[in-house]
Amino acid sequence: MIYFDHNATTPVLPEAAAAMQPWLSEHYGNPSSVHRAGRLARQAVEEAREQVAALVGAQASEVIFTSGGTEADNLALHSVGGLGARLLVGATEHAAVLEAASARAGQGLELDILPVDQNGLIAQSSLAERLRRDVPQLVSIMWANNESGVIQDIAALGDCAQRAGALMHTDAVQAAGKLPIDFAASPVDLLSLSAHKIYGPKGVGALVRKRHVGIAPMLRGGGHEGGLRAGTENLPGIVGFGAAARSARLELEQRQAHVLGLRTRLEAGLAQMPQVRLFAASVPRVANTCQFGLQGFQSEALLMAFDQRGIAVASGSACHAGSGKPTHVLLAMGYDEDTAHSAIRVSLGQQNTAAEVDRFLSELDDILRQQAPAYAAGLFAS
Amino acid sequence: MRPVYLRAEMIYLDYAASAPLREEVIEAMTRCLGVDGHFANPSSDHGPGRASALLVEQARERFAALIGAKPQEIIWTSGATEANNLALLGAAEFYAGTGADGQRIAVAKTEHKSVLDPCRQLALRGWKLDWLPTDAQGLIETESFAGLLGEQTALASCMLVNNETGVIQDIPALAELAAERQVLLHVDAAQALGKLDLHCQRWNVPMMSFSAHKFGGPKGIGALYLRQRPPVKVRPLMFGGGQERGLRSGTLAVHQIVGLVRAAELAVAELERNLGHWQQLRQRLWRSLQDALPQCLLNGADERQSPHVLNVSFAGVDGEALRADLDGLAVSSGSACTSEHAEPSYVLRALGRDDALADASLRFSFGVQSTVEDIDGAAQQVIHSVRRLRALSPLWEDAA
Repeated sequence: MIYFDHNATTPVLPEAAAAMQPWLSEHYGNPSSVHRAGRLARQAVEEAREQVAALVGAQASEVIFTSGGTEADNLALHSVGGLGARLLVGATEHAAVLEAASARAGQGLELDILPVDQNGLIAQSSLAERLRRDVPQLVSIMWANNESGVIQDIAALGDCAQRAGALMHTDAVQAAGKLPIDFAASPVDLLSLSAHKIYGPKGVGALVRKRHVGIAPMLRGGGHEGGLRAGTENLPGIVGFGAAARSARLELEQRQAHVLGLRTRLEAGLAQMPQVRLFAASVPRVANTCQFGLQGFQSEALLMAFDQRGIAVASGSACHAGSGKPTHVLLAMGYDEDTAHSAIRVSLGQQNTAAEVDRFLSELDDILRQQAPAYAAGLFAS
Repeated sequence: MRPVYLRAEMIYLDYAASAPLREEVIEAMTRCLGVDGHFANPSSDHGPGRASALLVEQARERFAALIGAKPQEIIWTSGATEANNLALLGAAEFYAGTGADGQRIAVAKTEHKSVLDPCRQLALRGWKLDWLPTDAQGLIETESFAGLLGEQTALASCMLVNNETGVIQDIPALAELAAERQVLLHVDAAQALGKLDLHCQRWNVPMMSFSAHKFGGPKGIGALYLRQRPPVKVRPLMFGGGQERGLRSGTLAVHQIVGLVRAAELAVAELERNLGHWQQLRQRLWRSLQDALPQCLLNGADERQSPHVLNVSFAGVDGEALRADLDGLAVSSGSACTSEHAEPSYVLRALGRDDALADASLRFSFGVQSTVEDIDGAAQQVIHSVRRLRALSPLWEDAA
């Protein structure tokens, strides 16, 4: 099987799985217990907190562990409230931000969706003109998009938000481990992370928060995580997250070089196919992601064909899979429904090889020939 | 598996705080982690994704069968804390919206913090809290329960097995009374699975919370049972990809779910054997303490008591000094979730223990792995410490 869906999830690294093992078997104390088994567990949680913080240039005390990126995004959106409070949210955000924002809007917050251009980028000017000065505001813009891979100019956008007195949240779930992140130096108040996108386990993530930001907790009872997130810590998950974060930090350049090499090879191949249209190819993208449309085809049929050939790819977000609707990301970028509906997302990972890319290209060529007799017969101009 | 370092240096009798995972549970989980395993996202629309989704759904079916529920009545959460929050805040918001003036919620003071804190949150939003009275054993009397549920009462929450004392509430009776008065009852069963026979449907409980790491599963995973007929609705706490029928968004942690269910299967299959085992250990420990130490008081019930917990207060000793003295023994005073705060147990105070006694109390809790040697070793350490501390205490001389 060829697995090209690393933005949906990644396998747990052997070293992260190995780090988790003792915390599944021999050390089972509750980190909140004051006895020795508990203190040992607490120490492991705090070490992992430092490793996660180091990945994004934050301090350990700024890391709040959560059950994943979705919870981190939801929690971040609880940092603003009160009379006239506003949320300004990118149009191409992950569903965790978009849906949480509209739920908050249902509770009386004003929601403003920030449009993106054809490349998926949010212009600083468009943010600036929507910001007000007189009310509490939170801006939420993802660092790197999960579908297109597009990297927003978080430094400029965050600066713009903060200058207007707004809080800046960024969903960095797809950026962490793929881009160097310096939380301390960034104009960002809140940042979401997920372990299972960086070769750590599912069911754990973090919200990184500068200390001046107040948050109304979603889960209450027990006072864990500085009172901001109740619940017994997912000890093995947190340790696995820490180990994965450490590897991601140490191997960042080497990993990105690997996937960039593969993507360059992939896109060179795709360039030979006349029906292929790369999305956002001219702007900075994370190195592992390539999303493209196939004129005249539909994602579902293509995915099924790939699946039958043992290749796991996606059209867009996994959370969106199976809905039969085109992805909101491409529609927001101004593509028509047919184009958006023809999208394939390849997201590469560490264990992928050039041979797999070549095989993907030849299978794609084959699928296109099979599914498009007109193209095969040379009826379309190439 | 018994950890070598614990065996040599420490006796672990804190299974109600967190329990070790059995080898087969770890193995099942490990098979879902690596590149050769079921690591794919269950929401992904490809072969490996569907294989993961199938695992999750099979796990759901098995778990539902174990608790007397239907698969579609199970919502996976990150633990009992989330399940309790989702049940209480979610139901309150769904049925009452944000303008909740006059709505009442009935709850006992002996509940876990993850029930009490959401209730306090509702109180800030205009809900009225009615405290359910408990007797000296911590049991809710059915009559006073019925009396407290008025026209305005929308919600009630009762713990099936208390985490500090192990007393078992008569949930089937309380559920019937709640149903008659059209009160939505939530049951925190975090400590209950594998400790008694429970059956969501037969008991007619609308909502029930579970936690894997209390019955030998992993930390960071739990479940909320939400009755389908008649239906119970909650407003989600987390929004996003729409997993769990939109009630709980977030990528499903396949290995965690698999671990939860494998542990639940073991806990239920071995229930009878474990109960007998714990009964023996509990009696042995209680007898040793009682025989050696005057004025140790049992915090628990005579009849409705889970044998996996023994909670004892020791008169004439300082709680903090006692805990400090028992460094080789992993037990707790009260719930782990509150043990970082150096306050005496609010549960024991609610049962009428004064501050000193509530503070000078130990909760011993037993697991599948507990042995007679653990019990004898623990008894020895506790007896030694209590005697030593009492000998030093002017208070004890006065009392004696």
